[in-house]
Amino acid sequence: MTDQTAYNFAYLDEQTKRMIRRAILKGVAIPGYQVPFASREMPMPYGWGTGGVQVTSACLVPEDRLKVIDQGADDTTNAVSIRRFFQRTAGIEVTEATADATVIQTRHRIPETPLTEGQILVYQVPIPEPLRFLEPRETETRKMHELEDYGLMHVKLYEDISRHGQIATAYDYPVKVEGRYVMDPSPIPKFDNPKLGGNAAIQLFGAGREQRIYALPPYTQAISLDFDDYPFTASKADHACDLCGAPDSYLDEVITDDQGSRMFVCSDTDFCGSRRAAGHIGPMGTPSAGG
Amino acid sequence: MTPDALLGGFTDAPRQSARAFRAALEAMARPGTLWPIEGAAPPAPLSVAAGVLILTLCDGTTPLYLGASCDQPVVRDWVTFHTGAPLVAVHEAQFALGTWADLMPVDRFAIGLPDYPDRAATLIVEMPALANQGPRLTGPGIATVAHLSLPETAAFCANRALFPQGFDTYLTCGGQVAGLPRSTIVEAV
Repeated sequence: MTDQTAYNFAYLDEQTKRMIRRAILKGVAIPGYQVPFASREMPMPYGWGTGGVQVTSACLVPEDRLKVIDQGADDTTNAVSIRRFFQRTAGIEVTEATADATVIQTRHRIPETPLTEGQILVYQVPIPEPLRFLEPRETETRKMHELEDYGLMHVKLYEDISRHGQIATAYDYPVKVEGRYVMDPSPIPKFDNPKLGGNAAIQLFGAGREQRIYALPPYTQAISLDFDDYPFTASKADHACDLCGAPDSYLDEVITDDQGSRMFVCSDTDFCGSRRAAGHIGPMGTPSAGG
Repeated sequence: MTPDALLGGFTDAPRQSARAFRAALEAMARPGTLWPIEGAAPPAPLSVAAGVLILTLCDGTTPLYLGASCDQPVVRDWVTFHTGAPLVAVHEAQFALGTWADLMPVDRFAIGLPDYPDRAATLIVEMPALANQGPRLTGPGIATVAHLSLPETAAFCANRALFPQGFDTYLTCGGQVAGLPRSTIVEAV
C-alpha cells in the first residue's frame, strides 16, 4: 500500500472530521467564542500543533496547496514535519509561497504578505483562554465570558503600565472580537495584531490539548485592548532586515558568534527570500542569495 | 425500507465531504455569497445541496428534525441509512431540514446556552430560489454589505438580537448553498 491508501484522506477518520467541522462552523458563527471539541490524540506531542493539525485535516480538500510555518519560517522542524505529514496522508501539494497557498497552518506568526479571499489561516494555539493566567478555574472564566466581565484583563494591562510604564505584553496580546468576546490570538507578536481584524482570509484557531476551536471570519473586527491614554502600538525591533533590507517586517535577532555580534533578519522566510530574489539586499546580505 | 434509500450517497466520502465542507465553511464565513455544493443524489424533495449538507455534517451524534414536507418515508430511510442521525422533535434537534414554512415558527429551535452558545441548532432551509438580492446583510464575514433572498427578515432580526445565542442557517436551492450565521445583521430594504 502506498502512504495515501494506507490512511484515510488527511489522516483523521470521517466521524472525527464531521465533529471537528461542526465545531468550526459554530466557531465561525460566534466569532471569538471558544467551541469545545473532542480533540483526538495525534501522532505528535501536544505543543507541536495537534489542534492546528486537526483543524487543517478537517478543512483540506485534495486540490489544496498547503503552507506550514513555525515562527514565520517554512524550514523549521515543526513546519517541515507537519507539511510532510499532510503530503503523505492527503497527497496534497505544498508550497512555501504565501500567495500560492490555499491553506496556511501557522505557529505564532501571520505572514507578512497580505492574505486574500479563498485562503484559510490555521493557528496552532497552546492556551486558548485569554483569562487563564488571571483566573485558573474554567468554571469562572466561562462565567466571565458569559457575563462579558473582562475587567480583570484591563486590570492586568493597567498593572503592566504601573509597573513598567507601558503595556509590557509583547505577544499573545488579547483582542476584543466584534465588541463581544475577548480572544487570545495565540502567541503571535503584537506586531501581527492589526492583521487579525478585517483580514480577507478565514482564520481558524485550534487548541489540541485544551480541546478548543475558535474562529475569525473574514472582515471581522478584532481590536487590541488598550487605554485612551496608552493606545495599542504594534512594535518590532527598531532595525531593518540585514538580509533583504525590509524596514517594515517583523524581525528575529540572531546571535552570530560568541563575541556578541548579532543580526536582525525577517522572521517570515518566504517574505525575505522573495525580496532577495527581487534584488533587495540588506547590509549583511549577498546578491546571490535569491530565494 | 424503500430501495431508493440505499442510493445517492457519497461514492468517495472522504474527498467529496471535504469539498462539500469547504463550500459550507466559505458559505458560513461569508454570509450572502452563493457556493456550489455537490457529491450526492438525495431523493426528492431534497435538493442536492441539502442532501450533501446532511451527509457532510450529520451522523449518529446529531439529532435531526425533518420538516413536514421532508418527513416522508424515502427521506427518513435515506437519512437514516446514510448518516444514522436520530430523527427527533423540534426542541431536541441539532439540525433541522425543511422549507421555511415547515420550520416556522423558528423560535422553537435550540439557541444554545448563555455560557455554551455553540449548543444551538443549525437550520437547513430549502428555498425555491436563491439570489443576491433582497434584505441587506452586514456583520462578520462581509466586507461592506451583501444581499440575500431570505424567506423573511423579522425572524433573523429577532435571532440576531439574541447574539451570542441564536440558531445558524443554511439556505439551499438545487446545487447551491448560502449561509446566514447568527452574527449577521439583517435589515429589510
